Amino acid sequence: MSVAAVIDAPAGRQRRVLPGFGLTMGLVLTYVGVIVLLPVIALVLKGAEIGPVRFWEIVTAPRTLAALRLTITAAALATVFNALYGLLMAWVLVRYRFPGRRLLDAMMDIPFALPTAVAGLSLTALFSENGWYGQLLAPVGISVVYTIWGVAIAMSFTSIPFVVRTVQPILEDLDQSQEEAARTLGATPFQTFARVIFPAILPSFLVGTTIAFARSLGEFGAVIFIAGNLPMKTEIASLLAVIRLEEYDYNGAAAIALTLVAIAMVLLVVSNWLQSRLTRRRVPA
Amino acid sequence: MTPAVPATLAPRQDRSARWLLIGLAVMLTLFIVVVPLIYIFWRALSGGFAIFAQNILAPDTLHAIWLTAAVAVVTLPINLVIGIAAAWLIARFTFPGRKALLTIIELPFSISPIIAGVCYLLLYGRQGLLGPVLAAGDIKILFALPGIVMVTLFVTGPFVAREVLPLMQAQGSEQEQAALTLGASGWQIFRRVTLPNIRWALLYGAVLATARAVGEFGAVSVVSGAIRGQTMTLPLQIELLFNDLNTVGAFAAASTLTLIALVVLILKTVLEGRTR
Repeated sequence: MSVAAVIDAPAGRQRRVLPGFGLTMGLVLTYVGVIVLLPVIALVLKGAEIGPVRFWEIVTAPRTLAALRLTITAAALATVFNALYGLLMAWVLVRYRFPGRRLLDAMMDIPFALPTAVAGLSLTALFSENGWYGQLLAPVGISVVYTIWGVAIAMSFTSIPFVVRTVQPILEDLDQSQEEAARTLGATPFQTFARVIFPAILPSFLVGTTIAFARSLGEFGAVIFIAGNLPMKTEIASLLAVIRLEEYDYNGAAAIALTLVAIAMVLLVVSNWLQSRLTRRRVPA
Repeated sequence: MTPAVPATLAPRQDRSARWLLIGLAVMLTLFIVVVPLIYIFWRALSGGFAIFAQNILAPDTLHAIWLTAAVAVVTLPINLVIGIAAAWLIARFTFPGRKALLTIIELPFSISPIIAGVCYLLLYGRQGLLGPVLAAGDIKILFALPGIVMVTLFVTGPFVAREVLPLMQAQGSEQEQAALTLGASGWQIFRRVTLPNIRWALLYGAVLATARAVGEFGAVSVVSGAIRGQTMTLPLQIELLFNDLNTVGAFAAASTLTLIALVVLILKTVLEGRTR
């Protein structure tokens, strides 16, 4: 999670007593300037160059709209699944003790550790008609590969850890006396969860869900394997940006990329806002 | 850590719900996480070990392995130096714009790698911002190692700082100030005081950054130009083999990355215990 939350702590009373200010500042600024800022500025400048009218034309062109719609819909589907699965996993991993729990916990990191191209390859082969999953789904008439479902599954796989890992620590720190009180007062387990536990973990749950959604929108490696990448049908927005680049349509690429960055930034602001609410709530009054 | 609700105190319905939920969690994880992982090795070895070895030793795949290793070797020291410098700068000094600088350092985490690749092309591409300058100077950044390294640095940049910075802040600077009073030089302070304190977090950050550098696909795919046998990193080679319908070859290449991922997971588990 963001380090920004920690920065408010005083960094030591004495200023610049320790050596290395100039050196580290020089190194960091050079690095940040060349590696991060310059390319991002290039995108912004290119975007500004296009002009609002042309920008709007590019973004609302049928193929762009179709790509954006697919990306957002698939990411939403993936996020709904991840929200439910993440909540279940966080609950099971924190509240229950059973053999293999630590292994199950370690499994949650696999989607982060596994390169996305590897995940995409494996999921595509599993869900293709003669793959292990595809064979089971084909007779029922469900096809996953080259459909929006495939896109959603790939997105969902790569963002699995977010909800689990944000809810888990909060659930661990949760004071259980309130639940016990609720149970003593005759609440059913479900009522206790819905009225006592869920409200307490809601902010972290929303943070995790927002990050998972943002990550799904930006996922590329895993998706392009399984999507089939048919224009107007299963082409995600970031791929369209790359295709525009390959056609030397830099304006088209910049406009689509800026749109995606804008969406990501809005989601980042939302998640930071949720996170600040979350940290405030966790400080005992 | 709070202990679990003791099973004996929980009513019967709780216990059945508990096993239902555990069962559901295990089944789902098996289907969506474990099987895809095992399937990689199963497919890679489906033709026997000889064919597996043949696929790994195919010249283009070997070259991809070499290029991926080269990218990891070049990016690691840069990531270490910049990560430590950024953590030192932000943890030990106050200056105007400190918070903004931290936001910029962390920015690559919020920009999807594929967009990073697009940014690099808009900067260094033929019609990009610096395109004409590079062409005039005959400098090749895109579709070559420098571009791949730079975009990998973009994607992996925040990892080391993110692990080291919170630790440096939590530990405070008393020890370093004491060393300074005792006449230690800047390098001595770093070498004898700071480094031993942050070494596990540093290693952890380095592992995460390297794992990412090895596995990065989106950002690299844009700047690499995908020249067969030249600018294909291992993840890109997987896609190439897959598109060539050489699925077993793709899985063989993927299995090497999967092995690395498993090693990373083990290291992560070990190091997480040490950094706490």
